[in-house]
Amino acid sequence: MDTMDFIIGKYNYWIYIVLMMIGFYAMIAKNNFAKKIVGMNIFQTAIILFFISTASKTGGATIPIIKSEHLAAGAQAITAPQYLNPLPHVLMLTAIVVMVSTFGVALAVLMMLYRKYRTLEEDEIMAILKMEKD
Amino acid sequence: MKEQAPALIIAIPLLISFINIPVGLLRRSLCYPLTIIATFSCLYLSFIIADTVINSGNISYRLGGWEPPWGIEYAIDHLNAYMLIIVSLVSFVVSVYSKKSIEKELAREKIIYFYTIYLLLVAGLLGILATGDLFNLFVFLEIASLAGYALVAIGDKRAPLATFNYIIMGTIGACFYLLGVGYLYIVTGSLNIADLTKLLPPLYHSRVVLVAFAFFIVGVAIKIALFPLHTWLPDAYTHAPSTVSAFVAATMTKVGAYAMIRIMFTVFEPSFSLETLPTTEILGWVASAAMMFGCIMALAQNDLKRMLAYILVAEVGYIVMGVSVGNREGFTGSVLHILNDSFMMVSLFLITGAIMYKEGHRNINNLFSLHKKMPITMGCFIIAAISMVGVPPTAGFFSKWYLILGAIDAQKWFFVAFLLLSSLMVAVAFFRIIQSTFFKPSENHNAHEEPLRDEVPFSMLLPIVVITVSLLIIGFLSGQIIDSLIQHTVPKGF
Repeated sequence: MDTMDFIIGKYNYWIYIVLMMIGFYAMIAKNNFAKKIVGMNIFQTAIILFFISTASKTGGATIPIIKSEHLAAGAQAITAPQYLNPLPHVLMLTAIVVMVSTFGVALAVLMMLYRKYRTLEEDEIMAILKMEKD
Repeated sequence: MKEQAPALIIAIPLLISFINIPVGLLRRSLCYPLTIIATFSCLYLSFIIADTVINSGNISYRLGGWEPPWGIEYAIDHLNAYMLIIVSLVSFVVSVYSKKSIEKELAREKIIYFYTIYLLLVAGLLGILATGDLFNLFVFLEIASLAGYALVAIGDKRAPLATFNYIIMGTIGACFYLLGVGYLYIVTGSLNIADLTKLLPPLYHSRVVLVAFAFFIVGVAIKIALFPLHTWLPDAYTHAPSTVSAFVAATMTKVGAYAMIRIMFTVFEPSFSLETLPTTEILGWVASAAMMFGCIMALAQNDLKRMLAYILVAEVGYIVMGVSVGNREGFTGSVLHILNDSFMMVSLFLITGAIMYKEGHRNINNLFSLHKKMPITMGCFIIAAISMVGVPPTAGFFSKWYLILGAIDAQKWFFVAFLLLSSLMVAVAFFRIIQSTFFKPSENHNAHEEPLRDEVPFSMLLPIVVITVSLLIIGFLSGQIIDSLIQHTVPKGF
């Protein structure tokens, strides 16, 4: 029962690990370069999920800009358990920008490869390169 | 100006890299002087920063006036100042060299964008060195890497494939680094390096911290191409344009090594990296394998640039080995070797670029009587080569001396043996080239005619000569460099 709780209670982290492994597998094992890039993107997206998961809180926590009206005037309007940690979200905004630009550069290189070899399969390109060498 | 130097040293190349595009579209010839201005001001600022650090202690620059650990801090101590000088000096020298080489190797319309991306790369590398914030370091790491991918991709016809592998490997490295930052953030709630140093010690046995450390080391090891994660490096650096190879080979791996040293000895305490986990033990053996593998592969190459790339893999091994033995001599050797190796690498790659410029190829077996055609270039080549082997009084000797002292002090006799053996193999690799250029008779039937003297243009020759002569100067001044900068970088407890 404990293991079930462990798996269900932290399901977002499990999803992050599974997604990351899918991406990792695609990057290592796939023969097609486009699929490798998609794998890279899944890998990076998994990291976003991980960071966002670390920010979440149970027990009615909300976003920090909304002030709680239930509190009496003069009391501290916001205490740490009442709001989600905004920093991981902000970090991920920056990381998304980085990831999009990596994706863009990778796609540009993919186009260069396709124009040169007219294929994106790794084994076919290797065969062409071997023929060039001989 | 003096107070703002840590921010300006990043802002100037970043801004000028964007100004380059509109200016370049109006007048292409202005890009080169603009780049020289940017890199020269970086060099000037890096000396100001080093002067401040030596005379009045570490700098803590608050971006936007926010106090650390909430705001982003640029923290500069002796190690940062030392690395900033290396990177900005190399970037200045290479940018002087770039003009003729790039005009020959690239299409005309690409020159503007070359300089733009080149300055972005400089800004990224200087950013990694100046920042005192782990996430900021990730962002600069990615700026530098993305600029690196783009610069490698404009190389010869095999470059796109090499770049693709580089992107895949580099992204895995950066993502592992980011995961490490995330894990540390979960347990400490801080991203500031100085703050983490204080917060982490009570948590050293937390499994999260151990995982974070593992992610950091593997991520950075990919970025510095530590054997067996080096597979992207030989291809990428062989097929990039000569100028790019020279700059990237001299700086990227060294800045990565800086990041590794920072994480191992500043974010985590030396006692953690040396004792809690067997990291240094593993790194030491991996580094020894890198030294041997890099040199053996270098012996097997016929392409001069590819041979240098494999020697670079071995040199990364030297740096990591010196860090891993965990004593004062080894660490001093490593930090000194970062300087020496980046100068030797830039010198050798620039000479390879010069050979490419004149001969149009770089096959080791076909470089007949180059010493008569290009006496100054080949003279520099010999100095850089003997420095790489480690012959006194060149710079390479002193850092290898400290590395060997460190290994002896730690009683790691295998490391000493590997170091000497790989130096020997480097010697064989370079004597092969010297033999084929100086002594091998030309197969050409007109061999009786003396080849005409035909040096590369002055703007390419000057950087080569300056950087090679500085190898000798560094050799003579290495005692002073250690006294004024390096000895302060050795972490406490060594």
